[in-house]
Amino acid sequence: MAEKERRKKRFDRSVKVRCNGLYAISSWREMGFLAMPRLLLILGLLVLPLTLDMYWQRVLCIAGIYALLALSFDFLAEYVGLVCLGGAMFIGFGGYTSGVLNAYFEWSPIVTIPIATLGGAVMSTLVLIPCLRLRGIYFAIVSFMLPLFSVYIITALGIFGSTEGISALDTLPNIWVEQYVIIGAIIVALFGIRRLVNEDIGLIFRAIKDNDQAVRASGISITAYRIKAVFIASLIGSFAGAYLSHLYGWLGLSLFAMDFSILPIAACVMGGMGTLVGPIIGAIILVPMSEALRGFGQLRVVLYCLVLIGFILYKPEGLMNYLERKYHQFERWEVV
Amino acid sequence: MEKEPILQINGLSKAFGGVQAVLDVDFTLFKGEVIGIIGPNGAGKTTLVNLITGFVKPDAGSILFKGKNIKGFQPHKIANLGLVRTFQVMRPYHSLAAFKNLIVPLNSPRVRRTSGGKLGDRDSVAIDILEEIGFERDARVPYKTAGSLPLGYLKRLELARCIALRPEVILCDEVFSGLSMSEIASMIPLLEKLQMEGITIMMIEHRLRELFRLADRVVVINFGKKIAEGIPKEVMEREEVKAAYLGTGKRK
Amino acid sequence: MDILNILIYGTVNSIIFALIAVGFSLVYGVSRIPNFAHGSIYVLAGFLTWSFINDLKMNYALAVLLSIAIASLIGLIIYRFILIRLRGMPTSEIIASFAVSLIILEGLRMQGIAGFKGFIGPFYVLQPFIEGKMNIFGVFVDYQRLIIIACGLVVVIFIWLFTHHTKTGLSLRAIAQDEQAAMMLGVNSDRMAMISLSIGSALAGLAAVLILPLGNIAVEQGYRVLVYALAVCIIGGLGSWAGTILASFVLGFSMITSTALFGALWENVVLIGTIILILLFKPSGLMGKQKELEERV
Repeated sequence: MAEKERRKKRFDRSVKVRCNGLYAISSWREMGFLAMPRLLLILGLLVLPLTLDMYWQRVLCIAGIYALLALSFDFLAEYVGLVCLGGAMFIGFGGYTSGVLNAYFEWSPIVTIPIATLGGAVMSTLVLIPCLRLRGIYFAIVSFMLPLFSVYIITALGIFGSTEGISALDTLPNIWVEQYVIIGAIIVALFGIRRLVNEDIGLIFRAIKDNDQAVRASGISITAYRIKAVFIASLIGSFAGAYLSHLYGWLGLSLFAMDFSILPIAACVMGGMGTLVGPIIGAIILVPMSEALRGFGQLRVVLYCLVLIGFILYKPEGLMNYLERKYHQFERWEVV
Repeated sequence: MEKEPILQINGLSKAFGGVQAVLDVDFTLFKGEVIGIIGPNGAGKTTLVNLITGFVKPDAGSILFKGKNIKGFQPHKIANLGLVRTFQVMRPYHSLAAFKNLIVPLNSPRVRRTSGGKLGDRDSVAIDILEEIGFERDARVPYKTAGSLPLGYLKRLELARCIALRPEVILCDEVFSGLSMSEIASMIPLLEKLQMEGITIMMIEHRLRELFRLADRVVVINFGKKIAEGIPKEVMEREEVKAAYLGTGKRK
Repeated sequence: MDILNILIYGTVNSIIFALIAVGFSLVYGVSRIPNFAHGSIYVLAGFLTWSFINDLKMNYALAVLLSIAIASLIGLIIYRFILIRLRGMPTSEIIASFAVSLIILEGLRMQGIAGFKGFIGPFYVLQPFIEGKMNIFGVFVDYQRLIIIACGLVVVIFIWLFTHHTKTGLSLRAIAQDEQAAMMLGVNSDRMAMISLSIGSALAGLAAVLILPLGNIAVEQGYRVLVYALAVCIIGGLGSWAGTILASFVLGFSMITSTALFGALWENVVLIGTIILILLFKPSGLMGKQKELEERV
């Protein structure tokens, strides 16, 4: 043998660790192994604002809004099986509720944001209830049209400032509050949903996604559960909307803009559908990226669409699934 | 001995477009019996199950369950009354672990009601049911995702989901199809046990030999119409049944 | 508002809807791909025609033919390089085709992209084939609208003939009805999907050339056309031919009537109101068969 051949050997970590179950608490090492990514994410989110300047702190707030929307889209699409392309509606309803309460009744944002979160979610759910009978692509398309419908109604009625919008809303006290409110919301929503999908109600959601007919045969009303799921998702979206209107101190028809429907989906595709964390990471990468490309004008939309198509075609699993797999594997060289 | 009817079907009909899938079928299930529904492919047997359980709306006829007309009810309402079904094409929740599949029926209003709100640890109830139905041979199987289970287990899972609902009537849509002889042999005691517990079973089946071991009565359906009903052996002797299965024998 | 006016403009409007939707419907019917790039191809074809005429000083007919050909080629390219990898994943298909749509539309919005240097003013207007108006029983209708009616009818008849009497057309219908069976009989599903996308895009181009002279060409038109096409197809039942035509007339007339009764602001409200109302009672559209098939558990 003149030459020794070397090859890379890849191992997976033991199943015990990966199953996330009881076995994982058998040793500190394995617990650390499981806890590290979670801690890293939380600490990362908490520390991030400290490292940024004013401008990028603002971008972070906006990224947070998209992250929440992406999370709500991912939850609905991957855990309930409802592909809702109308994320802008959640934003719009939440934003308009809190903005109107603030402008007409002069309630402070501390009151209006929670009210708008609930109120916007109730309204969005009521609007989506008739659509829940639709299946698959029909639901997607109708939900895509709903934000436009809201815009037409507001213009036609001429209410809430019509096409002009309402400006000079109260904003949150300072940039630090703004940032930590949204970061807190992301962390709560993320771990809340992660917990939820493994509870009984979450299992039923996932069962509905896998096979709705079988769920009906098991004596469970799929419509009732879909309504619950839509309500949960719209809570997240409406909060983002309410927060947005106070972040800008302004509300207008652009709250229903297609950006709020499309960019979160791009974030999901990029971050990895069905991972829940992925969409958040995706949003935190995509939004600043599109901000950095602001100099290119409309070309940035073109660029991030190209990125999106690239991901769909060549890395359909998304960043997070990829990272997760790599995290559970380690490689070493071996002499053959 | 007076037998108590539990499910009465009268004049049930359904047409899909121009095809008459089920036409004027009537029969009665008595409490605690096993009835077999047989007939050639495309005779309308599965449609019958769909009609009874509310998945397809009947055009005409009535379905009385314990004296109450359930025609036009939503499927989940019917299931909550205790009339449950399996699917011919298995419909597991493939992304969930096998035992988590049973969490769905265990959360239904019916189970909550009958258990008086206290069900205890649902996971352990689910695993108990799976053990009862033959998942005991391999301890790891209940924890695997349903999507990765082999056919035999899926059929059992399908049945387990029904049992979890604590039903009064089970409509089995071809639970034996696709199984090997030994798998069928192990399923039969299971169904017998269910019958012993007082559950009424309606079986749609192509495996006549196995069916006849279980069934007290059979109903033969062809082209959506009931052509015979009675004790298995006698029914198979009848001319019209032979004709349906084998053809009329007349050639032109 | 007299009845005759509603009748004539309603018909024109309905045929506009039909022209817009027919391409989308064809693509979905054959390949089950919701082509969200439909609207962008429509606008692109309009822009191209304008540019060929004004920048390259081309003959009107030549410009029209060329831009329809390019539209068709783009449809083909979209399928061949993007959608072909995503068949059977509706969410991905929607996202990818919508991304293509954004690329085309937002790309067009930027000035100075190759060939469009001429865009400076806010309005780009295609001139109609023939200027002028005609008096029909006291209602003035311009020739372009009459041409739209005529072309709409021709397109419908042509498609009917194509799908019922040519080999390719019959294969398209075979794939639409039962993909598996058609593939077994030697129909190439991918090729048919590609053809359907290119025909669908050509139809979008044709619609653009016919309809755009009525207004001006703007990027927003792309989103509007997409929403209209979706609306018509959803109401008619996705993939149903007769449904598409029927839904065009329902929407066309409801829109014109509402404009006559409540004013132009309300036309879109009424439009989406109609959509939601119809879907409430018929969740798979007026002529959709999807639901019933799925119910056969």
